[in-house]
Amino acid sequence: MLAHLEKYFRTERLPHIWCPGCANGIIVKSLVEAIDKAGLDQDKTVIVSGIGCSSRAPGYLNFNTLHTTHGRAIAFATGVKLANPELNVIVVTGDGDGTSIGGNHLIHGARRNIDLTVLLFNNSIYGMTGGQYSPMSPQGAKATTSPYGNIERPFDICNLVTASGASYVARGNSYHTSQLTNLIYQGLQNKGFSFIEAISTCPVYFGRKNKLGRPADMLKMQKEFCISKEAAEKMSAEEKAGKVITGVLHYAELPEYTEQYQKIVDKCQRR
Amino acid sequence: MTVTDIKAKLMQGNQACAEGAIYAGINFYAGYPITPSTEIAEVLAERMPEEGGKFIQMEDEIASMAAIVGASLTGAKTMTATSGPGFSLKQENFGYGIVAETPCVVVNVQRLGPSTGGPTAPAQGDMMQARWGTHGDHPVIALCPSTVQECFDLTVKAFNLAEEFRTPVLLLLDEVIGHMRERVFVPQPGELEVVDRIKPEAGTQNYLAYQPVDSTLVPPMASFGDGYRFHVTGLLHDETGFPTNNSEVMGSLIERLHQKIERGREKIVIVEEIDIDDADVVIIAYGCVARSAQKAQKMARKKGQKVGILRLITVWPFPEEEVLRVAEKAKALIVPEMNRGQIKDVVQSAVVGKAEVYGIGNVDGEMVSPCQILAKIEEVL
Repeated sequence: MLAHLEKYFRTERLPHIWCPGCANGIIVKSLVEAIDKAGLDQDKTVIVSGIGCSSRAPGYLNFNTLHTTHGRAIAFATGVKLANPELNVIVVTGDGDGTSIGGNHLIHGARRNIDLTVLLFNNSIYGMTGGQYSPMSPQGAKATTSPYGNIERPFDICNLVTASGASYVARGNSYHTSQLTNLIYQGLQNKGFSFIEAISTCPVYFGRKNKLGRPADMLKMQKEFCISKEAAEKMSAEEKAGKVITGVLHYAELPEYTEQYQKIVDKCQRR
Repeated sequence: MTVTDIKAKLMQGNQACAEGAIYAGINFYAGYPITPSTEIAEVLAERMPEEGGKFIQMEDEIASMAAIVGASLTGAKTMTATSGPGFSLKQENFGYGIVAETPCVVVNVQRLGPSTGGPTAPAQGDMMQARWGTHGDHPVIALCPSTVQECFDLTVKAFNLAEEFRTPVLLLLDEVIGHMRERVFVPQPGELEVVDRIKPEAGTQNYLAYQPVDSTLVPPMASFGDGYRFHVTGLLHDETGFPTNNSEVMGSLIERLHQKIERGREKIVIVEEIDIDDADVVIIAYGCVARSAQKAQKMARKKGQKVGILRLITVWPFPEEEVLRVAEKAKALIVPEMNRGQIKDVVQSAVVGKAEVYGIGNVDGEMVSPCQILAKIEEVL
């Protein structure tokens, strides 16, 4: 482990529970690098998660950590942030946790533009329960609950969060790690609801069911199907077919929820 | 105290509950609109910023329960309020609050169920849901006011118990008590006890968030931001707060959660006894029905019938000893309630055959009347 990042880990809790070849660890490293770059005070930072593989990340991280119920991380985090706006609040969630059972909390967090940084690990499947399809599984994908291929269409979760009112929305992946670190860093800098979809891999369930090869092959696939927003702007529709666009997809300066509430408190107390 | 010091106000039960929360020092309220509890949210939406606190209307009942647990972990005193359908949705994170030992107050202004039921009709149908609504074995504290004054006082008490025992506490109103208006004497600051959670002593090294330090078995509670960087989870955990699969550790956590409430029983269990010393018949009642019981008891006494009342102010943990003591002297116990015998059955098992137990169970949204109780007294005497 890089010496300057070691202080962010509860090293006594390692090794982690993730399967060999899982890309979640890569994304966690980008998260702590972004935290390091942003210079967040560990004592004043809370990392909140729901249930699932990615939601186990906070247990390994040396901060105030809150592992909640399935899908509810953003709702708990809203309580933490509004009760004490001085705390930096980061939410770690997955595609099942964040877009399915927690989908309502996600869109309402975005709508409020409350100052949370939400990092969603998208591995296209429910890993912890053993490989069921999620709202982010591609059409046709095989999973234990879609043995004949998934007939549901996946969310474009970044579009959904943008439409819901978030001030910062980005997408990265576990291959282009310096880009991902930078996207998370910008999310931490933004005063408002920041959402970063990080495309992960699940070689054991998603990869095996869909014959995607070895873990390294799945990472190389990300290199192929992910293109930056800047590159995409120069490409034709045909060239963009089947590609996933990464980078900062949306940014808007919007009033932040806890600051707006504080104005009400100040006004009431002046009366 | 002079007469001018006494602040008597005409208040609705729900309003008294909200004002009681403010007296107790509430810092954070999250809720979702639902009849017949909505006034609690409406009052606090206005009052919280005046007191420097925070109010938020969440996207649903699940989220409001989650938000108050999250807020509590930052050191805030927190509350949410709901009614039957919302209470069902709260159960998930109510259980989380018990396992994560997070103080908070949950108000359920009961209406007629099941399902959407009768939104404006009173009931006491959630007594067992209050006890067992969230999954798994867990202790529960639940208080049941019978007057608007008690809505105020018991809200303060609920906050105190939540803070002292590091647990969510239920306040079970019913539509009658929530919407009734009565005179309330608002206590002066300092007049009622206000309890704050015990934090780790200054300079504590190697703080463990789930390690009790004394015989109360209630671990001191740090706040996020205090510098202890502890872990909180709904998974069964050891004293460090980190999850475990060790059956001995998992079992001992569940035991400790029960034991800490058991050891606090004297502070938690409150009953009111009226004329029970010579009573042949004792009415065991709670919530709005206790009012009918009082009327019936007075009328029976006028007729020369020896009737007393045991009013359950704390319903969970159940006042088993108090009920058994009454059963040892009385011939018959009558349990009138607005459900099909949820507490009657608990009374029956508590008295182990020492007295006959009779129920009156209204499930039509109509209050149990004094006449119904009087008729039952005639029947059993």
